[in-house]
Amino acid sequence: MSTTSQPGDDVSDTQEMTIREAIRLALREELERDEDAFIMGEDVGEFGGVLSVTGDLVEEFGEERVRDTPISEAGFMGAAVGAAATGSRPVVEIMFSDFLGVCSEQILNQMAKNRYMFGGKTEMPVTVRTTEGGGMGAASQHSGTIHTWFAHLPGVMAVTPGTPRAAKGLLKTAIRSNDPVFFFENKMIYEQAGEVPVDEDYTVPLGQASVEREGDDVTVVATQRLVGESLDLAEELDGETSVEVIDLQSLYPLDTETLVESVGKTGRLVVADESPLSYGTHAEVVARVQEQAFFSLDAPIQRVGVPDTHIPFSPALEEEVLPDADGVRAAIDRVV
Amino acid sequence: MVTLDIESAEGQTEILRRMLTIRAFDTKAGELFADGELPGFVHLYIGEEAVGVGAVSALEEQDYITSTHRGHGHCISKGLDTYEMMAELYGKRDGYCNGKGGSMHIADVDAGMLGANGIVGAGPPLATGAALTAEMKDEDRVALAFFGDGAVAQGQVHEAINLAATWDLPVVFVVENNQFGEGTPVEEQHNVEHLSATAEAYDIPGFTVDGMDVTAVYEAVTEARERAATGEGPTFIEADTYRYEGHFEGDHQPYRSKEDIELWKDRDAIETFKNRLVDAGTITEEEFESMQSEIDDEIETAAETAKEADYPDPSEAYEDMFGMTVPEINDFGAQMRADGGETQ
Repeated sequence: MSTTSQPGDDVSDTQEMTIREAIRLALREELERDEDAFIMGEDVGEFGGVLSVTGDLVEEFGEERVRDTPISEAGFMGAAVGAAATGSRPVVEIMFSDFLGVCSEQILNQMAKNRYMFGGKTEMPVTVRTTEGGGMGAASQHSGTIHTWFAHLPGVMAVTPGTPRAAKGLLKTAIRSNDPVFFFENKMIYEQAGEVPVDEDYTVPLGQASVEREGDDVTVVATQRLVGESLDLAEELDGETSVEVIDLQSLYPLDTETLVESVGKTGRLVVADESPLSYGTHAEVVARVQEQAFFSLDAPIQRVGVPDTHIPFSPALEEEVLPDADGVRAAIDRVV
Repeated sequence: MVTLDIESAEGQTEILRRMLTIRAFDTKAGELFADGELPGFVHLYIGEEAVGVGAVSALEEQDYITSTHRGHGHCISKGLDTYEMMAELYGKRDGYCNGKGGSMHIADVDAGMLGANGIVGAGPPLATGAALTAEMKDEDRVALAFFGDGAVAQGQVHEAINLAATWDLPVVFVVENNQFGEGTPVEEQHNVEHLSATAEAYDIPGFTVDGMDVTAVYEAVTEARERAATGEGPTFIEADTYRYEGHFEGDHQPYRSKEDIELWKDRDAIETFKNRLVDAGTITEEEFESMQSEIDDEIETAAETAKEADYPDPSEAYEDMFGMTVPEINDFGAQMRADGGETQ
């Protein structure tokens, strides 16, 4: 039995932890729970992951199940697809999401298509964990936010947790799922802490958004880093503007119902996501809301994101293009 | 499934039967395509029968294979049903993929057939993954990847071999060197005389065998399977063969001469093996004729029945995307079909 929870629900047994710890806990619990599950990626073993997410899991589970690979994204992503088709449950770490391009064939034409193309004959229980986002001066090839590509690709699911609770719950759901799920971790919020249910069966369903803060004047739908920044902003604006903040959590499937309900109440919507603005996650949220809640809108919907550039190296330039709370505030100001 | 022990008369007869079935099936598929009966395109395995049948015969029933564009021969080698294959070529619901895959995507995971593949070089990583499952679950299974000479130029093939070699996985890599990567001769695509030279870079055994000789392929794969199953890791086998037809049906083949095709046909694998069995007294000419006509009937019936079979219902286009239910898929489908009506 899975228990699911939202803020405000009575989840009595929680513990404060960071997003990094929440992800590691989810990995540990699922490796313990299912002997078919294993982790595979570059430096995930003894090294503990370049962003220290897998930590000491190799000591607990051994080199078979926390498996270091050669630097061969196409090879081991393909092996994950073959392993999933034959009864294993691989959790693949791709160090930086920018490297997904290196193994895109196996994702695009094998992982995403096998079940459908083979008439439902294969299961594809693969989880792909990867990091996204700018903010550490890593330049263009290590800072991209490309989750929209995967949310757009039929046959795979894409999730983007913005809180430790969502990180744990969504990763457990992803690993248990018999469908391919891409789990996008924003590398700047690994140290963000929050209360996380310690129940081993606590999961967050795919396709569910989370209302993190209730408000009446404007809805801010955010992902990843921008969830926390929007919550802080809402706190600052308290008494002046009442801001409802939703963590989208799941890009595909997408919880249209929660968005429509919120916009029905506030009449205004800002979409904040650290991906390029054109043709993206923002556009999908806007499309769904206008299809189903057009007459609830009192103002044009606003988008906050990366203005279609790559992420530059120089701190002066990086800061310029990365969306943040100031951008969300400006968007709120335009519509309230 | 009949044992395919090549030492036994029964095994030899079954090997001949499968090679003949592949040729009859693909000859029929070529005719149907030329007549405009089949949608899409088809890539025929005619001429290469000894590789698929020789290799799969050396495997155990529980072993996995991955395949290529030219997958009909691999399916039949693995014992798949010719009617369900033919129905898939027609895009009918009775097909192996319920009409969603077509010629290039026939799969039957239960039979260990992990899929024909429309992407050159995509199969070896999948086979490596299947072998990884077998190793981690401590199962007596090996995975055999068929791929063409063209795929040897693909990076992911080398990554898969390196991974399998580094982890000592039970994989057998079989290159079907049919002399052409699509429309370009093999020597214009590779700088080595034998593609089996690849093995050296990964410190695994590599052989080039006569792919027109089913026994030679069988023996090489038998040895490779033994090595894989006993934890000694992968083997790389190049089987020199020849495709008698174009890369795809309708290919005008400017890259070779009719004389070249005839030279290879002189060494036809089926003819050679059949003569060997007749000479050894394993089968008589009469038995062979009757086997041939049984197979022709089977394929004819498969084609006729498949032609008459039902197409999938259009609503089935929205099935099989995920194991879980995703409302989007049906909602969007319904939205696209709606003719007017109210919004909100």
